[in-house]
Amino acid sequence: MFDTLTERLNGALKKITGRGRITEDNVRDTVRQIRMALLEADVALPVVKRIVERVRQRALGTEVARSLNPGQTFVKIVHDELVHVLGRDQTPLRPKGRPAVLLLVGLQGAGKTTTAGKLARYLSNGQTSEVLLVSTDVYRPAAREQLETIARDIGAGYVRPASDNPREIALEALAEARRRASRWLIVDTAGRLHVDDEMMAEVRELHAAIDPSETLFIVDAMLGQDAVNSAKAFHDALPLTGVILTKADGDARGGAALSVREITGVPIKLVGTGEKLDALEAFVPERFASRILGMGDVVGLVEQVQRQIDREKAERVAAKVKKGKTLDLEDYKDQLEQLLGMGGLASVLEKLPGVKPDALASAGFDDRQLRRQIAIINSMTRKERRNPDLIDGSRKRRIAAGSGLQIQDVNRLLKQHKLLAKTIKRASKGGLERALGGMLRGRGGMPFGR
Amino acid sequence: MADSNARKGNGFFAKLKERLTKSRSWLTGSLFGRAIDDETLEEFEERLLTADVGVEVTSWLVERLRKVKGGSAEAGTEALRTALLELLRPVQVPLEIDPSRKPFVILVVGVNGTGKTTTIGKLGHRLRAEGRSVLFAAGDTFRAAAVEQLQEWGRRTSIGVVSQAPGADPAAVVHDALAAAKARGIDVVIADTAGRLHTSKGLMDELEKIRRVVARFDPSAPHEVLLTVDASQGQNALAQATEFHERLGVTGLAITKLDGTAKGGVVLAIAKKLRVPIRFVAVGEGVDDLAVFDAEQFIGALIGERAA
Ligand SMILES: Nc1nc2c(ncn2[C@@H]2O[C@H](COP(=O)(O)OP(=O)(O)OP(=O)(O)O)[C@@H](O)[C@H]2O)c(=O)[nH]1
Ligand SMILES: [Mg+2]
Repeated sequence: MFDTLTERLNGALKKITGRGRITEDNVRDTVRQIRMALLEADVALPVVKRIVERVRQRALGTEVARSLNPGQTFVKIVHDELVHVLGRDQTPLRPKGRPAVLLLVGLQGAGKTTTAGKLARYLSNGQTSEVLLVSTDVYRPAAREQLETIARDIGAGYVRPASDNPREIALEALAEARRRASRWLIVDTAGRLHVDDEMMAEVRELHAAIDPSETLFIVDAMLGQDAVNSAKAFHDALPLTGVILTKADGDARGGAALSVREITGVPIKLVGTGEKLDALEAFVPERFASRILGMGDVVGLVEQVQRQIDREKAERVAAKVKKGKTLDLEDYKDQLEQLLGMGGLASVLEKLPGVKPDALASAGFDDRQLRRQIAIINSMTRKERRNPDLIDGSRKRRIAAGSGLQIQDVNRLLKQHKLLAKTIKRASKGGLERALGGMLRGRGGMPFGR
Repeated sequence: MADSNARKGNGFFAKLKERLTKSRSWLTGSLFGRAIDDETLEEFEERLLTADVGVEVTSWLVERLRKVKGGSAEAGTEALRTALLELLRPVQVPLEIDPSRKPFVILVVGVNGTGKTTTIGKLGHRLRAEGRSVLFAAGDTFRAAAVEQLQEWGRRTSIGVVSQAPGADPAAVVHDALAAAKARGIDVVIADTAGRLHTSKGLMDELEKIRRVVARFDPSAPHEVLLTVDASQGQNALAQATEFHERLGVTGLAITKLDGTAKGGVVLAIAKKLRVPIRFVAVGEGVDDLAVFDAEQFIGALIGERAA
């Protein structure tokens, strides 16, 4: 489950072991892997170069945490950098004035018109009658009809001034919004190419005439390398205040988000996640960074594990494993308690790609189960915990009675403990999360399941 | 009334020429007069990557270039041109309208906003100019005013449009159009469909259903499943093409929005993987801005004109 990037980085970093540090020497291959991964995710090359250089600087000299393998450590550095770029000065949408005017601009087919409808719902919390929509797209066939239909469907106001001049249309709409005392005026524009000077001049004039409090650049999440060129040209032409990413419900890695943000510095405010008019969400930098890297919220998990796993205990376990000793039930109990301490299984599982918490819960794989197992161990004597082989039929009966559970529960616990001991042994080789991931996914044996 | 004709001004050839002069040869830039060494290879690599060629195809091309290491940058560009031609020549297969299929059915599919409806307008215009009768089927019954958009194209090109109310079953609309075309002896039916992400299973099922309904009407139809690929998109276009191809058997591609600064290099990856013919390139929003795909021209725009 550790995605290919982590694995590739592990390959590139295999020279670092144990307490190794990341150095110039072992960083070169890794940097190339990261460069490729970002390019595959459609991050524009100039942006890739800048990010990779910053990552290199930050990585140099970093100690590889003992509980993690070098690849994971590196992925976390990259991830942190992406979050930093995507989330720097994150600012929500804040249209001001009455009416608060929002201007939507972008390339052809970016999704401006649909987004105008979504924004009307989003801003007004469903009080769409307080919103006035207007389309200044006098070029694309039926563009105005499209917005009009959307306005009707969601119950927002719509004006269609007689003029065929975008600037005049917008000005008339503004006057109308004042007359109606609308709280928001959303101005849709024709899609245009950033190299079309005439059309760029037109939108500049339009902007100057209505002076919007939000000028939003609408960007298709599937955009490629050219995203830097269009974003830069739009940003040079207009004082953009925000970016809305569209069509993010597909499987595009969405590197364009990074390109646009790095080049313009304009915050990404919202994300469109479907064709329905309620499919507009706040932008979450962490989630998007993981998406660009092509993994679940692995980094979140890594951090949680780093934070929560008691170093001393972990070291004790590691020392034991090294000496070839198996883990006793005392250690097992520690592990269970740590899992609970991390916010329970569900919060750990959520972060692993390919694991569905629901499915696991329905297999009786939940926090209650963990607590029961702890109760069983608590009913054992110290000797029994140190040496589980001692536990025979009569001891089992006593332990079951003491914990208020059945003999089968005790049997299951003993079996699972054995599996965990094996898994931990493997963990001493491959890194804790890998083992944890494998074990939670059922590969290499489920410690607490079935 | 203002319409897109107001902003097109110059036709395809003027635009293409303008575009090609804008994207001067790579050789007039920093590669001029240099030899192929590690540094110039990296430069070639970067130019390919920034054209959305993608990591895999770029590495493949750079390997080819490595073979002429030591040679001049001109030799390198020629080697690149040769490799690209090898890739694109086989997919340079123009759309032939078989007159024995009547109506000849073209189903246009693609992701939202990639240019399906506009391409249909231009294609209809083109076929009519060749003396064929054409009928449009308004198979996008989902997006607001999609029908009106196609109807406007119908007015511009004097082509009839078969449509139903919004929300109608798209397969039924297409079926209606086929029946009408048959009754009227129309040569070509071009069916618009709603934009959809290739990852949406339900919507891809819907397309399969349209395809089945068409095949029930005429087992040899659709005679063309045309996928629009937006040149400004990155590597996801490959995933799109792959999925649409798997589901529907795409028989042709139209590369749209090549009038911007995006080079559409992902087309190379699509050609390499799927080997589906590329029929057209679109370079604007005007009725004439559609040209038959020409591999040499496309490569010229991608890596610059042949060194003079
Ligand atoms: N610059 C440029 N714009 C284009 C080209 N082809 C289409 N467009 C524009 O791209 C936008 C989307 O085009 P449509 O034809 O509506 O795309 P579609 O795939 O039918 O869109 P949906 O039906 O909404 O999925 C419109 O503004 C078109 O005018 C092209 O070749 N160049
Ligand atoms: Mg359409």
